Amino acid sequence: MLRNWMQRITLIDIIVWVIGLAILVGVVWGSIATLSAGKYSAETWINLTISGLALGGVYALIALGYTLVYGILRMINFAHSEVFMSGPFTATFVADALIAVGWWNKYPWLSLLIILLSAAAVSAGIAFLLERIAYRPLRNAPRLVPLITAIGASFFLQYVFRGLYGSGLKDYPSMEMFKGFWMIGDIRIFKTQAAAIVGAILMMVVLYGIVQWTKLGKAMRSVSEDKEVAALMGIDVDKTISNTFSMGGAAAGVGGILYLFLFPVAHFFMGFFPGLKAFTAAVLGGIGNVPGAFFGAMLLGLLESVGPNLFLDGLGVPTPSQLKDAIAFTVLVLILIFRPTGILGEKLTQAKA
Amino acid sequence: MAVLVSKKVTKRFGGLEALGKIDLEVKEQAIHSIIGPNGAGKTTFFNCVTGFYNPEEGDIYLEKRNITGLSPDRVTRLGISRTYQNIRLFKNMTVVENILVGMHPHLKAGLIGGILHDPRTMREEHDAVEEAKRLLIFVGLKGKGDLMAKNLPYGQQRRLEIARALASKPKLLLLDEPTAGMNPSETQEMVHFIRQLRDQLGITILLIEHQMRVVMNISELITVLDFGQKIAEGNPAEIQKNTRVIEAYLGRGAASGLSRAAATA
Amino acid sequence: MQTQTPSPWKQAVSAGLIGGIVAILMSLVGMVAAFKERYIVSGMFTMSQILFLAPILLFAYSAIRRTAPQPANKIISIGSLSGLVGSAVLAVLVLIGKYVNLRIMFVNASPELYGILTFNQASVLGLLLLLIMGIVIGAVAGGAYLLPQRVRSALAQATIWVCLIGLLRDLIVTVSYRWGPIAGIVKYFFEISGLKPLGAVFLFILIGGINYWRAGKPKAARTSNFTDQKPLRRWLTLLGAGLILILLPSVLGIYFSEILDNVLMYILMGIGLNIVVGFAGLLDLGYVAFFAIGAYTMGVLTSPELGFFNLTYWQALPFALTACVLAGFILGLPVLKMRGDYLAIVTLGFGEIVRLLALSDWLRPWLGGTQGIQRIAQPKIGSFLINTQQELYFLFLAGVAIVAFIAWRLKDSRLGRSWMALREDEDVARAMGINHVITKLMAFAVGALFSGLGGTIFAAKLTSVYPHSMNFMVSINVLCLIIIGGMGSIPGVFVGSLLLIGSPELLREFAEFRYLVYGALLVTMMLTRPEGLWPEARRRLELHEAEELPPPEDLQPVPNHPGQ
Repeated sequence: MLRNWMQRITLIDIIVWVIGLAILVGVVWGSIATLSAGKYSAETWINLTISGLALGGVYALIALGYTLVYGILRMINFAHSEVFMSGPFTATFVADALIAVGWWNKYPWLSLLIILLSAAAVSAGIAFLLERIAYRPLRNAPRLVPLITAIGASFFLQYVFRGLYGSGLKDYPSMEMFKGFWMIGDIRIFKTQAAAIVGAILMMVVLYGIVQWTKLGKAMRSVSEDKEVAALMGIDVDKTISNTFSMGGAAAGVGGILYLFLFPVAHFFMGFFPGLKAFTAAVLGGIGNVPGAFFGAMLLGLLESVGPNLFLDGLGVPTPSQLKDAIAFTVLVLILIFRPTGILGEKLTQAKA
Repeated sequence: MAVLVSKKVTKRFGGLEALGKIDLEVKEQAIHSIIGPNGAGKTTFFNCVTGFYNPEEGDIYLEKRNITGLSPDRVTRLGISRTYQNIRLFKNMTVVENILVGMHPHLKAGLIGGILHDPRTMREEHDAVEEAKRLLIFVGLKGKGDLMAKNLPYGQQRRLEIARALASKPKLLLLDEPTAGMNPSETQEMVHFIRQLRDQLGITILLIEHQMRVVMNISELITVLDFGQKIAEGNPAEIQKNTRVIEAYLGRGAASGLSRAAATA
Repeated sequence: MQTQTPSPWKQAVSAGLIGGIVAILMSLVGMVAAFKERYIVSGMFTMSQILFLAPILLFAYSAIRRTAPQPANKIISIGSLSGLVGSAVLAVLVLIGKYVNLRIMFVNASPELYGILTFNQASVLGLLLLLIMGIVIGAVAGGAYLLPQRVRSALAQATIWVCLIGLLRDLIVTVSYRWGPIAGIVKYFFEISGLKPLGAVFLFILIGGINYWRAGKPKAARTSNFTDQKPLRRWLTLLGAGLILILLPSVLGIYFSEILDNVLMYILMGIGLNIVVGFAGLLDLGYVAFFAIGAYTMGVLTSPELGFFNLTYWQALPFALTACVLAGFILGLPVLKMRGDYLAIVTLGFGEIVRLLALSDWLRPWLGGTQGIQRIAQPKIGSFLINTQQELYFLFLAGVAIVAFIAWRLKDSRLGRSWMALREDEDVARAMGINHVITKLMAFAVGALFSGLGGTIFAAKLTSVYPHSMNFMVSINVLCLIIIGGMGSIPGVFVGSLLLIGSPELLREFAEFRYLVYGALLVTMMLTRPEGLWPEARRRLELHEAEELPPPEDLQPVPNHPGQ
């Protein structure tokens, strides 16, 4: 066995491992340096952690769409970031309408429910249309083709939204019940952060339940395993795929609302970065499985939030928060190089011959 | 002298043992068949020989040289070539280009030669194209060099795949179900053709086949696999009478049933 | 499952609905209104009308095609019905818009838009006119279907060309302005904006006629490949093309030369990415990283601002190019094992990391941070400084020539075949003896080299580099143009660049909708014509095969094969 392993290892592998190791060393060194310098108080760290978890919750809901679609079609739905984006846009319009009729302040919980449902509906609808129009005809095409289509669909949607609704920022009104914060001991949690975290957990539990225990979920899982066999078992493959897209879309829409809690602005380009990061989260946790998406997203949220100060400050990098996106992308690159199946992932083996 | 020797080759996928301690010897210039029910591990064995898979245990030798676990391109360069169960041609390249790719190990031109078109590169290309054309004539595809591989009819695609495999001048040729999807007359041609490969080119042939008529007709030695185990080996006459083989294909009790049927017939 | 084809009327209605919705979409995103000043035929119709009527026409046509065969008058009716439904959808929008202020949601739902849609007539008359136009357009679609193929394609070509000429009025007039007699002739055709009606009619008949005549000639004469022509003709064509290319910048003037420079720069990069994506099948979404490395290396090495080195453009060039090749290797190394989707995302990540690093305060001392690098050297030949658009054109042109030559040569070489084999089936290619590591790295390196070259000229042209211009959209631009031009096809890169980079600059109205159009084009092309506008040469062979299949072969192989 050792002999085999030695024969297969190449110079490339060694170089890549060296680079990976260097990054690891850098990260650990930076962390130690930062912590021993004591620049930030425990309170700061806890605040960063909480905002990281809140962000992670949002990423989790978006990641769900990526992971479900990849599991079932083995393709990255590049346009999912725009499916996400449609949620906040819908929310701002519905919110304005609710304010106009006075329900926003009189019936906050009802308003929230209406916002969530409408955002989920619109996002699910867009995801559904995407699949029907752009992906379904290409199901048997060579693998580059659907990927390119997805990329095209992505900025088509971006710029349609820009054209329809303008290139400016649309504000999302705040809700009375989410203003302010709670104090737990010395720790301050904003109500919006708490809402994001709780909302994410709830949604993930619901969606996990659907995937594990309902008929639809079983259909989804069997189509993921083997499309042809599922069809032979009497499962309507097309309908299952459509439902998968819709579900992922709805989750992303709800994720969009939670995102608005944290950053109350909608903008046509807002999907790009969260989308990429959510995909990173999905891969980090193990693409194709729901708990993996949640776990990966939380981890990524933490890394993005705490990382710049923890790793980079110690290494002497000025204004490390500038590089938080770079950290997320580095995680993406590293995970895909070293462990593409993710931390919790199952091996998706490829047939060779 | 044995061209290919496998010793206790074992391949596992997770908990599943696809190949269990397979011992096999392919004699020089023999036509040797591997048969067995679906899922017996035949293509897995091919994949181990050609370096696609790395066996967990065991060794594979090509003319006394240990090739276990070598990468596919090295195995090809050492003289083993193969075709595939579901034809894997380079569909969007022309027929001649497919063969030229097959010749890759024997050509030397690189980046610079490709750009500069120096005399040596040009001569190499020219000779290669001539050789490719000769191969085309040999497999019966004369004049079709500029057609796109995906536009050839099925039977011709199979022959192109063989031509491509021959282009690397192999000592050992692995054919994975070469007659799949063919009607009886095409199958006859293929059988005839495989014999010619051995007779005229001196290549050793190891093939996986499902059509018993072909196997019994053409093989000098047959190895039978079932559930990853070697259950029989011998010449066609011996295999036909082997009860374990019959049971593997038709189920337990079939052997005795057959002999009873034969007795009462 | 039973599949009943729906009745032709239902299909007409559904096609009309879709066409109408597309037209509404084009109106609400603002494309229709944006072009309201852009006359195609002066005083008669603008690009706006084309934009909202074309979808209705096209979908009516598709409905007819799908319900064929039908008797002639039924075809016209189907078309008219589809057109009517389409324009009815638009009419509904206008009607709603009159009573409900849609503008709070849709920023472009303005009275101006409604005016355009109703041909600027008073309310009821306008709506009626809209509906009638719909019927007419639909009937025209039907009529077009009934015409013989030759006539139809001649008419279609004539329409497209006339529209194009009308849209490009500015370019044509400016270019011909300097050429006395020609300027005079051209003036007769054009107005301040768009063609004169008579001119349009004349051109329509002329182009239609030429097309019709050419369609009548035998097929072989039409589809001759460049390399098949006799040497003398080839040399003459090359000479003619060369002459045009050399004279082009002086003919075009500064403004259009600037556009041409951009087009050429993207061709340069496109040929590089074409090797990575088109030949080797590696979808690289971070291509801008190499462009940035080329530009920034040139900046760091030549700018006196940073003060590290003070090289000239030519001195710095080899270093910049080497840096790019190294980057190509480094970025290629980790992704060797990845398949399509993951490879794309990782390369995207790389591109973004490079941009973020260039932008960061951390690397500001070396890379200039958000301010970028200024006072980059421009190339000098002797004492002659190359710094105007027209002069830089030649630099770009030289770059394109070299790069296109290399790509053309590599395509039919052993390396090119290895790339294509890897693209087609990586496992089998490796089994053929192709070392996938070296081959893939070569593809990345060559692609990086070409992109970096473009970057250095870009840096010299602007004498500065900013991290903001090194963003993901540059990668997308290049990707779109090679895909739409034709993956793996070198002429396709030229077509793609002219079309996608040239048109937003020539028609400024398009600039805002650039990526919308790119996205729509990508999706449409992948669904209908994935090989692109000018497909790889080998794919053309398919058209010929059907006509010239060799006779069935004698199946006995020739004995005495000179094999081993």
